[in-house]
Amino acid sequence: MAKHMAGPMVLLLVLLSFFCNARADADDDAALPTDYPGLLAALPQADFSTRTQIVARIVELKPPHARELFAAWLDNRLESRQSDGKLFLVEAHDEFLDLTDPLTLQAAGSGKAEDFEQVRNNNALRKTLKVAIAEYDLADPDPRVRIAAVKQMRRDLDEETEAVLRQQLAVEKDRGVQRQINVALALRALVDTDPAKRLAAVQALDGENAPDVYNALLPLARDAGADPDVAVRAAALQAVKHIEIWRGFYEALETLFFGLSLGSVLVLASIGLAITFGVMGVINMAHGELMMLGAYTAYVMQQLMPHSIGAALLLSIPAAFVVSGLVGIAIERSVVRFLYGRPLETLLATFGVSLVLQQLVRSVFSPLNRSVASPSWMSGLWQVNDLFSLTRNRVIILGFSLVVFALLRLVLNRTSLGLKVRAVAQNRSMAKAMGVRTERIDALTFGLGSGIAGVAGVALSQLTNVGPNLGQSYIVDAFMVVVFGGVGNLWGTLISGMGLGVVNKLLEPYAGAVIAKILVLLFLILFIQRKPRGLFPQKGRAAEGM
Amino acid sequence: MSPAQNLEQARVAALRGPIFGGDVGNRLFYGLLLAAAVLVPLLNLAVPQGSALHLSIYTVTLLGKYLTYALLAIAVDLVWGYCGILTLGHTAFFALGGYAMGMYLMRQIGTRGVYGDPLLPDFMVFLNWKELPWYWHGFNHFAFAMPLVVLAPGLLAFAFGWFAFRSRVTGVYLSIITQALTYALLLAFFRNEMGFGGNNGLTDFKELLGFDLHHDATRVGLFLASVGALGLGYAACRYITASRFGRVVLAIRDAESRTRFIGYRVESYKLWLFVFSAVLAGIAGALYVPQVGIINPSEFAPINSIEVVIWVAVGGRNSLYGAVLGAVLVNFAKTWLTAALPEVWLYALGLLFIVVTVFLPQGIVGFLRQRFGAAS
Repeated sequence: MAKHMAGPMVLLLVLLSFFCNARADADDDAALPTDYPGLLAALPQADFSTRTQIVARIVELKPPHARELFAAWLDNRLESRQSDGKLFLVEAHDEFLDLTDPLTLQAAGSGKAEDFEQVRNNNALRKTLKVAIAEYDLADPDPRVRIAAVKQMRRDLDEETEAVLRQQLAVEKDRGVQRQINVALALRALVDTDPAKRLAAVQALDGENAPDVYNALLPLARDAGADPDVAVRAAALQAVKHIEIWRGFYEALETLFFGLSLGSVLVLASIGLAITFGVMGVINMAHGELMMLGAYTAYVMQQLMPHSIGAALLLSIPAAFVVSGLVGIAIERSVVRFLYGRPLETLLATFGVSLVLQQLVRSVFSPLNRSVASPSWMSGLWQVNDLFSLTRNRVIILGFSLVVFALLRLVLNRTSLGLKVRAVAQNRSMAKAMGVRTERIDALTFGLGSGIAGVAGVALSQLTNVGPNLGQSYIVDAFMVVVFGGVGNLWGTLISGMGLGVVNKLLEPYAGAVIAKILVLLFLILFIQRKPRGLFPQKGRAAEGM
Repeated sequence: MSPAQNLEQARVAALRGPIFGGDVGNRLFYGLLLAAAVLVPLLNLAVPQGSALHLSIYTVTLLGKYLTYALLAIAVDLVWGYCGILTLGHTAFFALGGYAMGMYLMRQIGTRGVYGDPLLPDFMVFLNWKELPWYWHGFNHFAFAMPLVVLAPGLLAFAFGWFAFRSRVTGVYLSIITQALTYALLLAFFRNEMGFGGNNGLTDFKELLGFDLHHDATRVGLFLASVGALGLGYAACRYITASRFGRVVLAIRDAESRTRFIGYRVESYKLWLFVFSAVLAGIAGALYVPQVGIINPSEFAPINSIEVVIWVAVGGRNSLYGAVLGAVLVNFAKTWLTAALPEVWLYALGLLFIVVTVFLPQGIVGFLRQRFGAAS
């Protein structure tokens, strides 16, 4: 028994002595090098407490690129070469490491992962590193970086961070940063022993909407045991109420935005239809498939230019316009032109076209869904303030739909093509008598509507997966939007699309997504009974023809 | 005589003829239906399995399915061909009839389901429902379920038509809102909370009126029921279109405002025709479900309704046997092509849509009438 115990006991003793030695080393500041490269060289062999000392030293020295070193270390991307103990910032690729020299931030080739050893950190060290990084960021000339640093520090406040923040506040010029620091200091003061200071802190926080402020105040407001002082609790309750009012406001704003975002998709899907159906009177059931072709164009462009996704996406807008526009012209010349004046027949024939196009895509690209990657400027969140953020791709698509709408209006109202399109729509034989080549205009109008469907498809490719059935899911909605807005009226299409989107999203929290959609459909069915010509009916002679 | 005049004459002849008289197509339809009613059961039940003449039970069921489709096509033809209402939502009525039948069949399963619950269908047990929803009560009785096969689609058609025709929604707008109607129902029936089996629908049926659905004789019985329903439905439509009511309907199709100004209540004519057509579609659906053994929300899909319209267009609208011909032909082609060349089917269907609407606006029957006008 004793024999078995001996081993571990010895090990423990060795460890203990080692620990004591280390402490002795750490206390001896003079043992540390005084220059940055020297400090770095000492880092791999040092124990955790010495490493803390080294970090403190580096912060005092403020050498260039030390922030990158700390950040890499925090991410466990700091490794030392076993052969010579030299430090590198690394990026792992399978079993190889891409090396970066921490002194110069220059690439330093690559090496096998097994030849390197990670410079480890522990909880205490991570905290030190975070503070160090925050101090670096607080010295950054960009106020946004400083604000981010303060917010980062607010997650984990203690005496050290408080001291750092107070220092910064003394020299800080930017009001935004000052405000965030004051919030941080007030959050820190919430745990002060002096009730007057706590009250002042709560009052200072009143009017701030950040989630961490809310989370800090909520227990004070709700839980009687959280703070012994009545005045502090009352003030906290007040502050929490203010935040909740703002939250309600921004939630409503968010719903509105989601509604407009859905509306923008509906507008994009139906605006081309507003041309082919609204202006030409053709029930183009293949409209959805023209959008699908646009989405596939975006997919193909991305396959052709896999290294510049953003450029591929931008280029696919004109490309999709051309592809879908040409297909549209082909449909018009081969099928639709035999069927003018017989809208129900165009419905059936173009439905046939839609089946053929779907199957074509299935044969060429496979029936599986494809995903189109989003460029970096289209992904992520756009943080407006503490409580309000918007998804970037939806904001861009919303703007895009308005741009498409404006361009289309411009084409129809300010170009000679638009003039002829409107002339043919209003009175075909008169336009012909005036020398308009109506057949050509028919083809071009159909091509324009189809091209816009293609452009809409590019936008859709950023929201959903691209598949052969992409178009089908929008066709009923698109027709409803056009009919609701008033056939032949572009403004009507815009307003009805946006309006239906918002109504749909307003209903969703109460009814659920599917029921909301059903309710909107039923509303539309009933609405068309009351006003068959939509919200904004066309007046005058053009209306007689429909 | 010009083809147009021939066509006109044929149309008049078709109108004047009683249920069984009239043109060749009509007599041919009854003859073929009768022949099917006699030969199909005989070839299946009486001819031994090894024989070349033996008709497999699979084929019998397939033919039965075609006949229910034909009944649906007649229903669509009645409103589209004769009244000019292009409905893109008729499978909604078909599916409602089917669901009524499906609910009855579901309750007949009883304790033979996977979970063996005496009251709740399997999907409700699966979804942790504790009791039967109120609208499922009574469906264990055949005598309760069958009126609903007619009432559910009929009432929906009445409510929908009452609003739509009174406010004079016509043409394309009507087509689009019928499509929206079936789309809304599709979305609703997909929800599990609706209590109709959600995505999976109703299936796994065991017996109908005590007859085992997997038994050959039951299948043949269902086939004969489909023959009977198609025959009766056809005769009824024939009667309606030849009657005074039917002529007003034709007048509405050709000149709606004029008919109204003469003093007919156009909306009432349209409404009753629409309701009757929906009821026919519902009956077709109820016969369809026990033969294919499943009903699920995809039957509501707008694309199905459009497909029915193309059956009618292919066969020839405003001739009832044309609708039957179209339904059987297109579905036969579908069965054959989806098995032999699945890639080609959608191309074929798509091209059929295009070719028929552009080159054969009156369908096969219209083409034959034009070609051999004198003969008929």
